[in-house]
Amino acid sequence: MKTKYLICAKADLPVGERRIVTVKGREIGVFNVKGNFYGILNRCPHEGAALCKGLMGSLVTSQEPGSFMMHREGEILRCPWHGWEFDIRTGQSYCDPASVFVKQFDIQCAPGAKVVEGPFVAETFTVSSEGEYLYVEL
Amino acid sequence: MSDARFPFAGLTGPIDCDIHPGMVSLAELFPHLEGRWVDHLQAYGVHLRQTFANTMTYPRLARDTARSDAWPPGGKPPGSDLDFLREQHLDAQNIAYGILQPLRPGVASERNLSFAAALARAVNSWQVEKWFKPEPRLKGSIVVAPDDADAAIAEIEHWAGHPGFVQVALPPKSLEPLGRKRYWPIFEAAAKAGLPIGIHVSGVAGHAITASGWPSFYAEDHNSNIAAIQATAISLIFEGVTTRWPDLRFVLIEGGLGWSTALAARLDRTWVRFSSELAHLIEAPSIHLKRSFHFTTQPIEEPDRKGMLTEMLREVGIERILFASDYPHWDYDDPRYAIPGDLTSVERQAILRNNAAALYGLKL
Repeated sequence: MKTKYLICAKADLPVGERRIVTVKGREIGVFNVKGNFYGILNRCPHEGAALCKGLMGSLVTSQEPGSFMMHREGEILRCPWHGWEFDIRTGQSYCDPASVFVKQFDIQCAPGAKVVEGPFVAETFTVSSEGEYLYVEL
Repeated sequence: MSDARFPFAGLTGPIDCDIHPGMVSLAELFPHLEGRWVDHLQAYGVHLRQTFANTMTYPRLARDTARSDAWPPGGKPPGSDLDFLREQHLDAQNIAYGILQPLRPGVASERNLSFAAALARAVNSWQVEKWFKPEPRLKGSIVVAPDDADAAIAEIEHWAGHPGFVQVALPPKSLEPLGRKRYWPIFEAAAKAGLPIGIHVSGVAGHAITASGWPSFYAEDHNSNIAAIQATAISLIFEGVTTRWPDLRFVLIEGGLGWSTALAARLDRTWVRFSSELAHLIEAPSIHLKRSFHFTTQPIEEPDRKGMLTEMLREVGIERILFASDYPHWDYDDPRYAIPGDLTSVERQAILRNNAAALYGLKL
């Protein structure tokens, strides 16, 4: 059965920021991309690097040599080692989308009142009844 | 390590044949340089065979060519902090021995040869003091100034027999192809000292990396290194070096390996057809290539078809292949995942450590 795990208060993870949490022995990177939250496994499917510590950048495309365009700023995660790029929203690789993807987790947002009712250990967090909290389900 | 892909226990992990030690600044060399060369370094800097001394020939994919997670705490350059090297690589990967390949300053490409000789001595002393003494898992390469053969011989003789040094470093991007006679005294000195020659992709030759000039992109420079390593191997065989010193071993570092089987066939055919020009070659070039050369794994070819890499490694010869990580550079290979899992355990152990232990005389 899946259990919800608390990550942090929503306000503590501003746009463009990330937080790496350990849930059931797995390191998961939680990202705030333009106000939406995404979670992916902190392990590059290519050679095992700590993927979630990589640069949050753009997708670069080109129509011809000498010109380039940047798209989807802040939505593309670049591995700290070999530079493999992944769509933070889907976990899909941009180098080899057919065969390489990183495991993704659903991140949910719930009001603070539910925190004290939930199955997790709430005492390790400063609970604000007005704030909103982020969860990962595993 | 409980990972099944990693068939070692205790302190008997991989031997990593390519680790780049860093400096916080060139001031780390001052205690190892005579006063006049400290003054010289501060006044003039280094002078490689290029216009802009403190730049790389091509802008890199990653800052300082490094893994973006390899910057030690406090912002020091990657590879410059021994504790962080231990934590992130030596301990984390259970490395039994790591062979240092110092690339900066680029001693072998220094134009002022007297200064180059002083820098070579300084970089070698720095390896001993900063790395070998506090960390016995680390071994190193004797850096020399190849264009001053007398100084290079003196440097090799000075360190021969030192337990920290396991090879002599020469760059493939040299002033002339490495097989040329101007470099033969260096091979004689290395052979006499019983040290292999480590040829790591490096050097600022002053001429373009390709036969038709300067390419536009780092990606082209990166792949042209493979051609440079092949040209070096051809030079060493055809010029007669591997005939003159049949027991001298050459380790081609960072230059790939899959090409060697095709090259062996091509060279043999050339040798038959050009037998009058290459009359000094008694044995087929493929015999030289198999006998005299080792290859390191990183960056290895990564074919799409599963199993193809394993076939390729067996074709090249498992006994000639040495594991290398290239820490802390961006194209770092993790010893747990870089070597194909469908090799036998004996083959994996040979590549990951036993071949290097035998070649470099390292005790496991």
